[in-house]
Amino acid sequence: MTPDDVISALKTSKLRGRGGAGFPTWMKWNFTKEATGTAKYVVCNADEGDPGAYMDRSVLEGDPHSVLESMAICGRTIGAAQGYIYIRAEYPLAISRLERAIAQAGDMGLLGKDILGSGFDFEIELRLGAGAFVCGEETALLASIEGERGMPRPRPPFPSVKGLWGRPTVINNVETWANVPVIITRGAEWFANIGTEDSTGTKVFALTGRIENSGLVEVPMGTSLRDIVFNIGGGIPNGKAFKAVQTGGPSGGVITADHLDTPIDYTPLQELGSIMGSGGMIVMDETDCIVDIAKFYLEFTVEESCGKCAPCRIGGRKLYNILTGTTKGTGTQEDIEKMRTIGSAMQKASLCGLGQTAPNPILSPLRYFRPEYDAHINDKLCPAGVCKDLIRFEILTDKCIGCGVCARKCPVGCISGERREPHEIDQSQCIKCGECFEVCKFDAVLRA
Amino acid sequence: MATMVNLQINNIAVSVPEGTNVLDAAATANVRIPKLCYHPDLPAWAACGICVVKIEGSNKLARSCALPVAEGMKVITHDPELQEVRRTVIELILSTHPNSCLTCPRNGTCELQTLAADFGIRDQPYEQIIRDIPADTSTPSIVLNPEKCVACGRCVAVCQGVQDVWALEFIGRGDETRMAPAGDILLGDSPCIKCGQCSAHCPVGAIFEKDDTRVLYDAVLDERKHTVVQIAPAVRVALGEAFGMEPGSIVTGKIYAALRRLGFDTIFDTNFGADLTIMEEGTEFVRRFVEGKGALPLITTCCPSWVDYMEKYYPDMIPHFSTAKSPQMMLAAMTKTYYAKQIKTDPSDIFMASVMPCTSKKYEIVRDENMYSSGCQDIDASITTRELARMIKQAGIDFETLPDETVDEALGIYTGAGTIFGATGGVMEAALRTAYYLVTGVDLPGVEFEAIRGLEGIKRATIDIEGAEVRVAVAHNMLNTKIILEEVKSALAAGKEPRTTS
Repeated sequence: MTPDDVISALKTSKLRGRGGAGFPTWMKWNFTKEATGTAKYVVCNADEGDPGAYMDRSVLEGDPHSVLESMAICGRTIGAAQGYIYIRAEYPLAISRLERAIAQAGDMGLLGKDILGSGFDFEIELRLGAGAFVCGEETALLASIEGERGMPRPRPPFPSVKGLWGRPTVINNVETWANVPVIITRGAEWFANIGTEDSTGTKVFALTGRIENSGLVEVPMGTSLRDIVFNIGGGIPNGKAFKAVQTGGPSGGVITADHLDTPIDYTPLQELGSIMGSGGMIVMDETDCIVDIAKFYLEFTVEESCGKCAPCRIGGRKLYNILTGTTKGTGTQEDIEKMRTIGSAMQKASLCGLGQTAPNPILSPLRYFRPEYDAHINDKLCPAGVCKDLIRFEILTDKCIGCGVCARKCPVGCISGERREPHEIDQSQCIKCGECFEVCKFDAVLRA
Repeated sequence: MATMVNLQINNIAVSVPEGTNVLDAAATANVRIPKLCYHPDLPAWAACGICVVKIEGSNKLARSCALPVAEGMKVITHDPELQEVRRTVIELILSTHPNSCLTCPRNGTCELQTLAADFGIRDQPYEQIIRDIPADTSTPSIVLNPEKCVACGRCVAVCQGVQDVWALEFIGRGDETRMAPAGDILLGDSPCIKCGQCSAHCPVGAIFEKDDTRVLYDAVLDERKHTVVQIAPAVRVALGEAFGMEPGSIVTGKIYAALRRLGFDTIFDTNFGADLTIMEEGTEFVRRFVEGKGALPLITTCCPSWVDYMEKYYPDMIPHFSTAKSPQMMLAAMTKTYYAKQIKTDPSDIFMASVMPCTSKKYEIVRDENMYSSGCQDIDASITTRELARMIKQAGIDFETLPDETVDEALGIYTGAGTIFGATGGVMEAALRTAYYLVTGVDLPGVEFEAIRGLEGIKRATIDIEGAEVRVAVAHNMLNTKIILEEVKSALAAGKEPRTTS
């Protein structure tokens, strides 16, 4: 196959970037192929950082050669002789397998000088990331490879024209790379037949949270969320009710029961205020508090903001603090408007995807779960019983038989009472851990 | 001739050279896009998010400072949505910035204050979180106040990219991010060369020059002290601007008058010191060039920051450096020795002040033991043009209408060579003219070397002194200096240049 054949195959396959944005892969490669300049680079983004997501790790641990082969194909297509895999140092097994695979490929003449006697040279080196989530953003990743502080750069110019060390660079996510060799070997048409018209092939998701079968799931594009959660995932454990599923990790939003039949695809998810993202999928049930979940994600993005641009650096902290107030019962209705204003400014004026999407875990639930926010703000109540400052445990004297199980389980020893007599919780000492509520077999503990 | 690019700014057609950013292109359509982190001296860092604009065909806002123009581009710079985004971002930045404008050194010249005023921000909707980190006053010249840092990145860009000093760096992550000496050490312990470029580029009051005016007031009020002040060449062209005069107005006579009214007993002009420096350096060059005594090329500067840079980054080049003191220090040494004897006063009873264009001179006066050649500190305090302007205002002196006065005798008179010290390349030019005269006995034909004057980075020239070729190079800012030094080093290493001539 000539370089043009490869581009054409990718075009026919309609492969889109699996890192989250879904940009057509053939266009990326073609921009770099057409870009002038002698040195060009191929980069694999293996800085997987979404909490609970490990799709890329499984590919790199299970089939590192698929990525190496793919990068070499790209190198030959665009005219690059050097590739880098930027992988987080927290993936030691993936790193050792990649190192071994690179050595094996070199021994077999599949990497290095004059690959398979073709006259084409291609080397791959690893670059270890130090655990900054923002380095999964492509321009920050390139800065990090260059030895700079991992901070995003404005685009355009896009890496395909001006990337690593200012040279044209193809940068793709691990899963995208892993798709290329099968497209070449089994044919672009075969690949294009999987999935939907708009989005072809399969996508791997890391299904976690309140789900019977958690783990990695590979499904054709267009599979409905209902299928993933209830058929493949086996539904919600312990007979609890499904509440929502968060797609796109900390950058995504929630999909509610009303939208469970939405096909998994880039555009439909965006229309619902979420994103495909790299494939994190966290299922929530009725015991999860939507405000608390948003706070968890914001805490993550605030922690991981690189601090370069003002909207993300300051806006994220403000959102987090407002959410904290809401979970503590000091929130006001005015805060909702403030969150919308700040969130909107962050989406529009942040420099990179991290800041632009960081408000999604707030703005998206505000569309679907406004009553839950209102309960926190107006009634000082957490309907899911998660926000500790808004809940209280009491023992119902008419139901308590005085078995003493709760008192023995209480970690701070604040439950007292005579045997076979109703017990009592000392509210001044209670840490609201909910242990008494969980262990009582007689429904005598009330959570309010 | 650069290729021109045609685009539309708010439906106004403009044509600008290729590579221009949208923010500058908008200016040609009389549109001013608000900004905070962007500075025309520096590459766009694209941090603040205030200069965002809409580009037709893109669903994302773009930072106009960092976006190069493209043919046919259609830009919207102002609409209610953009205004709202900018306002929110400014409000967010204000929520991390102290409301201490009235007592801030940048009161009236602060870019954030101007933005807040322009946007008519009347309240602060967001919780104020101010960084509680003490100010760093560890250098004699520059104060870092992290409390006010807006993380625009300008100081880091100028310190690393322009001056090649690498004293300042981003530290911390997320909302802990701020600019500080790398490793979060004190500025005085860092490679800082006190050039003051960080403070000159800081949009707010996070980096500013130390104020020493109080020391001058105290000295003037002390009846036992004989107070002497000198003004540098550059001050006479810079001070007028602070009083609303045309930039570049020469106000030498008015400065003499103002200093006298401020209570100084004697007023000297640094130009006299410049004449001394030039005689010393010219002679030194002749000794090295003609007699072969000492290392060549000879390197000269009056900038203490440059000296500090060389000592820190090019210690092996020290033998090439002129042994002559800067004009400020020469004049001070003369004042506290020769002049002290003339007026029969003990040097310790003389208070010597200097008015200089730059914060670096505050550092020079305590640089090392050579700055105490009279037995006490040769210069007791050095202030900048801005500090002098404030003193004149505080004293109620109507500067513009002041009559011209003259400088004091003894160490006040000077030639034309000293005056051109104020320009980059001026010292080199004066030294060459002196050297030419010392060797040939006649004046160098032609008065000025235009080829080596000016601010365009690096300039070179070759002159002929009695058949011997003298090559000179002049560099502006540290990065250009580094380029020349590297060139010299590699030529010396390759044996292309003799270390001395005979």
